[in-house]
Amino acid sequence: MLDRFRDKDLVQGALAEIRKITTRPWAIMEICGGQTHAIMQYGLNDLLPKQIELIHGPGCPVCVTSLELVDKAIAIASRENVIFTSYGDMLRVPGSQQDLFSVKAAGGDVRVVYSAIEAVRIAEKNPDKEVVFFGIGFETTAPANAISVVKAKRQGIRNYSMLVSHVCVPPAMHAILGSPNNRVQGFLAAGHVCAVMGYEDYKPIAQQYGVPMAVTGFEPLDLTLGILDTVRMLEKGEVKIVNSYSRAVTREGNRIAQQIIADVFEPCDRQWRGIGLIPMSGWKLKSDYVDYDAELKFQVQDIQTKESEVCISGQILQGLKKPNQCPAFGTLCTPQNPLGATMVSSEGACSAYYRYARD
Amino acid sequence: MTEQNTPKFDQLLCPLPLPYKDKVVMSHGSGGSMTKALITEIFQQHFSNAILDQENDFAALPLEGKDMRVVVSTDGHIVSPIFFPGGDIGRLAVSGTVNDVAMSGGQVKYLTASFILEEGFSLADLERIAQSMQDAAAEAGVSIVAGDTKVAEKGKADGIFISTSGVGFVDASVQIGGAQAKPGDTVIVSGSMGDHGIAVLAARNQLGFTTTIQSDVAPLNGLIRAALQAAPSIHVLRDPTRGGLATTLNEIALQSQMDIHLEETAIPVKREVRAACEMLGFDPLYVANEGKVIVILPERQAQAALDALHAHPFGKDAVVIGHVETPSGNTPRVSMHTLIGGTRIVDMLSGEMLPRIC
Repeated sequence: MLDRFRDKDLVQGALAEIRKITTRPWAIMEICGGQTHAIMQYGLNDLLPKQIELIHGPGCPVCVTSLELVDKAIAIASRENVIFTSYGDMLRVPGSQQDLFSVKAAGGDVRVVYSAIEAVRIAEKNPDKEVVFFGIGFETTAPANAISVVKAKRQGIRNYSMLVSHVCVPPAMHAILGSPNNRVQGFLAAGHVCAVMGYEDYKPIAQQYGVPMAVTGFEPLDLTLGILDTVRMLEKGEVKIVNSYSRAVTREGNRIAQQIIADVFEPCDRQWRGIGLIPMSGWKLKSDYVDYDAELKFQVQDIQTKESEVCISGQILQGLKKPNQCPAFGTLCTPQNPLGATMVSSEGACSAYYRYARD
Repeated sequence: MTEQNTPKFDQLLCPLPLPYKDKVVMSHGSGGSMTKALITEIFQQHFSNAILDQENDFAALPLEGKDMRVVVSTDGHIVSPIFFPGGDIGRLAVSGTVNDVAMSGGQVKYLTASFILEEGFSLADLERIAQSMQDAAAEAGVSIVAGDTKVAEKGKADGIFISTSGVGFVDASVQIGGAQAKPGDTVIVSGSMGDHGIAVLAARNQLGFTTTIQSDVAPLNGLIRAALQAAPSIHVLRDPTRGGLATTLNEIALQSQMDIHLEETAIPVKREVRAACEMLGFDPLYVANEGKVIVILPERQAQAALDALHAHPFGKDAVVIGHVETPSGNTPRVSMHTLIGGTRIVDMLSGEMLPRIC
């Protein structure tokens, strides 16, 4: 079914159109990590005209989950009598001292699940254990995570709770566009998020900052068409929001999913790792569901966070720092054992420095 | 708190994954770069010798005064569940070691088997596994000639672990190995990628949906013999097991100091496997295979090898997926021409393959 959206000729046709209409440089942000992944996976970046710069946004819930919450997760998972459940890719995210994999290696019961409902099932089967689910994600995972809490409450399952780290896209867009150093001129709005929430909320943001947006999917043709629509608006000086992903997204989104979110969650301030606090950018459990809030249930106090060593490839790509200013350069991070894209790619700045400018 | 309370987007930082210095973690068993690091930093430090340091899955040992070498290999097997669609731990234990020896280009003759059994393990299941091992051994034309049994207390082992070792012989003139890939060589795979890994995941009921995917686990020595008869100049034979095609090709690139370039559209992946991978956020290029072989050989013999592979039931979907090139940079790498015409690097698996959330 998806083959048409991976068709080389259709993608190349859309790319030719982008080349034809592009008259000057444009910086477009895809906010979603899934889209960044697809762009790199299909090598789409290299096929765009040089004037089109894709800026990769902070839309990866794993990456932006605050250090404090990761440390709390580790503290809870380390306790006796706890089964800690999480989406798989949270397990390698470094906390101040260790990660969830290390907790598992030290004997903690840490399990990978594919949905929050699976965690509720584990709670049902293990009534003498406390089962905690790491509820991370954007608007896309929120409905399913919310349902797990509703289900647990309805069935009287008391040994289930959720460590909530939900984040929302629109406040992040405000923060990016309102930043004094902002370079983003157009946005690819994340298709999956819009499938749940619709795209009415983006209109005022587009208008306020004068930035056109295209609701964009995840297949190569979807991405190319989203970029084409955005470039077209930029070239014409239009500030609109267009739906380039109409096979999955409607203006109003999924009302049922929105209602479930509204029943269970309410907005709150949220720390984004590597970025800082973004006001009202997260969701927490409403007072009706406080019994299912792992932060309250476990009272993990006295969390002293200390950020681990950092990979600065993001800054290197923007020309803000030189590779040898990175603490990992040439020691932890080498071409044989690269830690960032700039060391992996043979055209990458770090790899070039390593080859030609190593002390 | 070291996080600052003002959003900053011009200085995005990414925390480095923590190095695992104290304890073994699951990623050390993934077959990817952490497994490699474990081998290099611990085992090679202590065991280093000329044969081990060739970094093949087999060791070819010279026999004084003979034009033959003895080939040995050893492999431990743990799998959950022990019975899965298309196979079981017994068939896996025989096939895995037969295949590792066969990748030398030699004839596999004998196997030994060591069993670690957990107290309470079902004897009926053990018998079923033994029968399955004998069936696979007969299929491969090898005999299981020695063995060992240990029983661990309840809770100290997960049902059954099986280690097998294999012995075979190879003509001294045959020099097949990962280091032998040459510029211009053609890269062939014998069939579809990712079947085993997805079949086992599905059998764990972890997919949240049912599939009809069967593991490809099989002894490949017959297939390899046929390929070698048709194309005696084969440079590399390697089975893309843990870590999948991508990790195995990266190992070959490093061993041979060559670039390998792939055509994404040519790589065979079954629709059901692709669909399962997309649901889970896996890349089929990193999913394990247990009945497939990568053949790297001079282009002039590629067609003969393909014809021979196609004539065998385990190789009927064999296809050319890429070629070997002189390295373009200092570090050899695997790259891929994507299905929309872009190019990307295909890296080694870096930790355990984890389902992505986004």
